[in-house]
Amino acid sequence: MFKWLDPYAKTERAYKLCDDLLPYFISASVLGLCVGLIWGLAFAPPDYQQGDSFRIIYIHVPSAVLAMGTYVAMATAGFVGLVWQWKTAYMSMMAIAPVGALMTFISLFTGAAWGKPMWGTWWVWDARLTSQLILLFLYFGVMALYAAFNDKQQAGKAAAVIALVGVINIPIIHYSVEWWNTLHQGSTITKVGRPSIAPAMKWPLLVSIMGFIGLIGTLVLMQLKNIILEREAQRPWVRTLLEKETD
Amino acid sequence: MNGPLWSIFKRDWTLAMRQKSEFVQPLIFFVLVITLFPIGVGPGLEILQKIGPGVIWVAGILSALLGMEKLFRDDFNDGFLEQVQLSGVSLSAAMFIKVFCHWLLFIVPLVVVSPLLALFLNLTMAMYWALLATLLLGTPILSLVGAIAVALTVGLQRGGILLSLILIPVFIPLLIFATSVVDAAVFGLNYWPQLAIIGAMLSATVAVTPFAMSYAIKVSHH
Repeated sequence: MFKWLDPYAKTERAYKLCDDLLPYFISASVLGLCVGLIWGLAFAPPDYQQGDSFRIIYIHVPSAVLAMGTYVAMATAGFVGLVWQWKTAYMSMMAIAPVGALMTFISLFTGAAWGKPMWGTWWVWDARLTSQLILLFLYFGVMALYAAFNDKQQAGKAAAVIALVGVINIPIIHYSVEWWNTLHQGSTITKVGRPSIAPAMKWPLLVSIMGFIGLIGTLVLMQLKNIILEREAQRPWVRTLLEKETD
Repeated sequence: MNGPLWSIFKRDWTLAMRQKSEFVQPLIFFVLVITLFPIGVGPGLEILQKIGPGVIWVAGILSALLGMEKLFRDDFNDGFLEQVQLSGVSLSAAMFIKVFCHWLLFIVPLVVVSPLLALFLNLTMAMYWALLATLLLGTPILSLVGAIAVALTVGLQRGGILLSLILIPVFIPLLIFATSVVDAAVFGLNYWPQLAIIGAMLSATVAVTPFAMSYAIKVSHH
């Protein structure tokens, strides 16, 4: 596996890989988001209790579910960087961080907008909201630490250490906050046995989760391409590439 | 008792004792922050009793962060930590000793003045004993986890706010368990489970953080 993975430690190969993967992620995100959101927002049946306002679930749930997974992906990239000393791993870590923070923000924002008609208030100090908010701060911490260093290699190592401290903390934060205060409705799609969400509502949700995965992938890859170009601007291959593009 | 670790401890202790004002400042800060609360939320005894444990913990976290900034700075700048790395003494162990010394000098005084604050905030005796237990078990976690971030930011010019930004989210679970111990003590409930969780967190941090600290210092030396 390492024989196969190792060449991607070189920025040039990693850049090419981004280019190769990008079309798949773009099509997944365009297809998933168009189908999932139009289906969910326009055609899925309204909820018997929450009426039409439940439809925000098609944006809220995908972003909330993926925000934490994105953090784990970021920490994994950091871990790979620490163990094998790959420059590209740190670059991917920093490409993932803003996208994850964006997802966390979307889930908080849509959650607040959903909470207003349902709970009568924009914000409650409920377990899931709180742990999502803390997650946003963890993302900010990683990005702030990275930005504070001038030497980007050192910055990558430092941010990776903090990302790993955060990832150990995520389950602790999640469960401690859950135990502290819960008002949020329970999960309806992952219940063991029969999920309690109606199939007519579930399918568009799953499609839009796929779309969000595609969107995250697209944004991360584009960001990673930019970071690679920026950091390797002095390399010959970047110059020839840029000259080719401008011609 | 003549090992290198003991002499590091003795050295840190002596250095700190020569600049007593440095560890008095966080202590005064701690008391001052707590004084702000009765003034801010009103002097009603019931409210104070309700928010008291949380206020003491939050103020404790803030003053720990304030005092932590200097934990490794001088030793980093004058090359002491590099010498330790060269000397063959385990860097993790040496840094653990330094954090322990720092905890004794900067955090234990906060625990010592806590009876006074318990009076300020109208805590009952049962609440106070529970609070004391959480402080004794919980504050070493603050120092140990904090030391990782301090070691990472030690080479930066302005690390202060950044340090708080990184560390405060990480401390939230500790705050939750610590205040729930005291809340349980109010009603005379059994608070050993929560205390045991804090103890477990302490054991895990003692086991893991020294390695993370020494790695972080190596990153900073880079």
